[in-house]
Amino acid sequence: MNKEDRASSLPFISRPPGALFVLVLFAGLWACGGSGGEGAMSVITVDGSSTVFPIAEAVAEEYQLANPGTRVTVGVSGTGGGFKKFCAGEIDISDASRPIKDVEVAACAEAGIEFIELPIAYDGISVVTHPSNDWVGTLTPADLKRIWEPAAQGEITRWNQVKPGWPDQELRLFGPGVDSGTFDYFTQVIVGNEGASRGDFTSSEDDNVLVQGVSTDELAMGFFGYAYYEENQDRLNLVAIDDEDDANGAGAIEPSPDTVRDGTYQPLSRPVYIYVNPSALDRPEVAGFVGYFLNEGASLVREVGYVPLTDQEYALVEQRVEDRVTGTMYGHGNEMASLSSLLTGAGH
Amino acid sequence: MTRSWRARIERLIESVLFACAALSIVVTLGIISVLAVETLQFFREVSPVDFLFGTVWTPLFFQKSFGVLPLVSGTLLVSVIAMSVAGPAGLLTAIYLSEYAPARVRRVVKPILEVLAGVPTVVYGYFALLFVTPLLQQVIPGLSGFNALSPGLVMGIMILPMVSSLSEDALRGVPGGLREAAYALGATKMQTTLRVVLPAALSGISAAGILAVSRAIGETMIVTIAAGQQPRLTANPLVSIETMTAYIVQVSLGDTPTGTLAYRTIFAVGMLLFVSTFLLNLVSNWLRERFREEYA
Amino acid sequence: MTRRLRNQLLDHLLHGAGLGATLLGLVVLGALLFDIFSDGLGRISWEFLTSFPSRRAENAGVYAALAGTVWVISLTALFAVPIGIGAAIYLEEYGKRGGWSRVIEINIANLAGVPSVIYGLLGLGLLVRTLALGRSVIAGAATLALLVLPVVILSSREALRAVSPSLREASYALGATKWQTIWYQVLPVALPGMLTGMILALSRAIGETAPLITIGALTYVPFAPDGLWSPFTVLPIQVFNWVSRPQEAFLENAAAGIIVLLALLLVMNGTAAWLRDRFQQ
Repeated sequence: MNKEDRASSLPFISRPPGALFVLVLFAGLWACGGSGGEGAMSVITVDGSSTVFPIAEAVAEEYQLANPGTRVTVGVSGTGGGFKKFCAGEIDISDASRPIKDVEVAACAEAGIEFIELPIAYDGISVVTHPSNDWVGTLTPADLKRIWEPAAQGEITRWNQVKPGWPDQELRLFGPGVDSGTFDYFTQVIVGNEGASRGDFTSSEDDNVLVQGVSTDELAMGFFGYAYYEENQDRLNLVAIDDEDDANGAGAIEPSPDTVRDGTYQPLSRPVYIYVNPSALDRPEVAGFVGYFLNEGASLVREVGYVPLTDQEYALVEQRVEDRVTGTMYGHGNEMASLSSLLTGAGH
Repeated sequence: MTRSWRARIERLIESVLFACAALSIVVTLGIISVLAVETLQFFREVSPVDFLFGTVWTPLFFQKSFGVLPLVSGTLLVSVIAMSVAGPAGLLTAIYLSEYAPARVRRVVKPILEVLAGVPTVVYGYFALLFVTPLLQQVIPGLSGFNALSPGLVMGIMILPMVSSLSEDALRGVPGGLREAAYALGATKMQTTLRVVLPAALSGISAAGILAVSRAIGETMIVTIAAGQQPRLTANPLVSIETMTAYIVQVSLGDTPTGTLAYRTIFAVGMLLFVSTFLLNLVSNWLRERFREEYA
Repeated sequence: MTRRLRNQLLDHLLHGAGLGATLLGLVVLGALLFDIFSDGLGRISWEFLTSFPSRRAENAGVYAALAGTVWVISLTALFAVPIGIGAAIYLEEYGKRGGWSRVIEINIANLAGVPSVIYGLLGLGLLVRTLALGRSVIAGAATLALLVLPVVILSSREALRAVSPSLREASYALGATKWQTIWYQVLPVALPGMLTGMILALSRAIGETAPLITIGALTYVPFAPDGLWSPFTVLPIQVFNWVSRPQEAFLENAAAGIIVLLALLLVMNGTAAWLRDRFQQ
């Protein structure tokens, strides 16, 4: 047998060119079968808050089903992380569970990126414990501050250090990470200083990790967006918050779509937003996506567990999109103002 | 085809092939430079002493602290637990397969152990979080959902095949003559194994153990899924901790932008990880070479 | 007890301990497979294999992840196989003279022991940022290719070493040049062994999660990749995403995803074993 015969006695597939050819062919087949060969529509990139993620995911999914060929990716980098990418021009839409900060406005301005601020829903940050936790009844904001403020690091490490009657057991805390808008908002209203928090707890921008942590540990306590509680009610215990202000609801109030909507769940209710790059709106698929977000989005917001805006508020928000109103409505201390007043007042 | 043209092609081919081989050097240089550049930038803002000896790791929080020891202790805690399973069990398995087991058994068992080694780590993570942890929680009250014990044990099982197969190679490398001499003197298998074969294979077995530790330290998914995300300096295996590898993943999931201090922390931690595993591998290789020299 | 009796007892003890340790590994593997199959088998269906990820666990499927895996692994093979085989040929056939070769050999052995997450950092720092490839299929494939390169090189060298020297010598005796010998004589014989090694390296790459997370493969990608620069997700990352969600239904999805992953690995390793047997010469 001469050398040519020997070489060709092996099957086609086990000679290098053959094997590679088959692999590439395979990949090609997958590609054609997958996206149906539709080409040129760009990917709509969304990233940011883990709190807003359930809404963004739901809208993205329904939008893609209603408009085959469109493609949307949604990341969970945290509100801060989302803004960093947005101001670097890396994403089209930023999910945020707090308004944009001054330094972020400056970063965007420096990079020449404009933004349209769109409130899309209300959320009530929920404080939770393990279902078998029977000693925490209700909490006041002062209690929460005692637990979460920077001074508590290394000091308040057991339950009975929070309230004397509670068990002498380790206090295991779970909360959003520093890139999280929920973290920013919580520290702002509870500790009094945005970002001021103890550092010795399990922190994650992914609220699912927090749910897992609290639901599997009897000594745990955590906080995150209401949707994550609602989806996991059977494995979490909700803590009612008493803001000691009878004017908006006497006693301790549990978060729920009703209490968030009528404003009795304080101080942990807040709007959540998406920020859209106006130049991205020039792409029809992005404009369609944002429109879908504001129209069909309301029912999806409810489905996911958050509170939709009122029809009037949605109309005002849509007007902002149409008019391409850039810049933030916040600043000069009006963080707690109601959306209606902001939306009508901010106008142009 | 002229002789010189042919020769030129041959030389060209040799250069191309050399380039392929040399690419591996480029990769190593790439790893080192990527890690070093970011780490040096990091050390411009944070002192190396604070980094290597500090006991609080809150790089992203209000009160920033860049002491990496909590991450190191988390890594070591899980690795120690893993080795306490993989070490004895792996060695005993190797002894059994090398000295006691009939050929039939070896033929069946060895591929199965290879399967254990080939299971993707994300599967082990699932197993640790959803099977082992709840199981342990029934036996150990107060065990956190995220803890070091569960991933440690599972990691031990994952590394067991590595310890066992490398130790077995070491045991088989001991010349038969030594064993026969011992039997001739009336020793039992156990006495022979423990007093003659094992000491002779010691450097090979140590090499295996050290390589396994290096693997345990570098393991990522099992701990990311099951060990938790709370960096703390502790020797308690029942609470949630964070390892160096899990920290890198945690920050990467948020895909921190370039140039920030947070971005650099993952490279600084990565550098520490790379240096430790590199040194361990070096020691392991040196031991294995020494063993080969003794019995080649 | 006489000394002899005691020694025999201890001998049996060691035998038993060894057997027990061996069984430990097998038992745990059995428990793992049983757990996963009982959690996930019910979820496997054609719908599961052809659906995209969804917020509703019942509707979610692995199609995007499967397509992503095929894309990434195919590209990884495209990168790693020629370079790996080239390097192995050089080290085995040309470079026996020490010097650079020895350095390269030691280097490859060390690279094989570097944790996979470090390759992710390399990919992040070099490919995604410096070369600006972004969080794309090509960046992921290049990162994985670098990861499996040492393994491909090592196993290809084994295959080349197994070729009997007399084959080469006979070829030279007939007047063939070095490259002619390699291409026409050595490679065809070594190829099955090399293929086996390649497939094993790729099956390792299929299960890799950490390096791809580090370079930024997104976890919510509800479409199949449509180009080299497309965002992507892969099976292990999809499983990781589902494992992170606390709802039972998603955990079932994770188990089902694992079954698909294991099935894929089984096919690949089975092919490798079949190739090895078929061409055993």
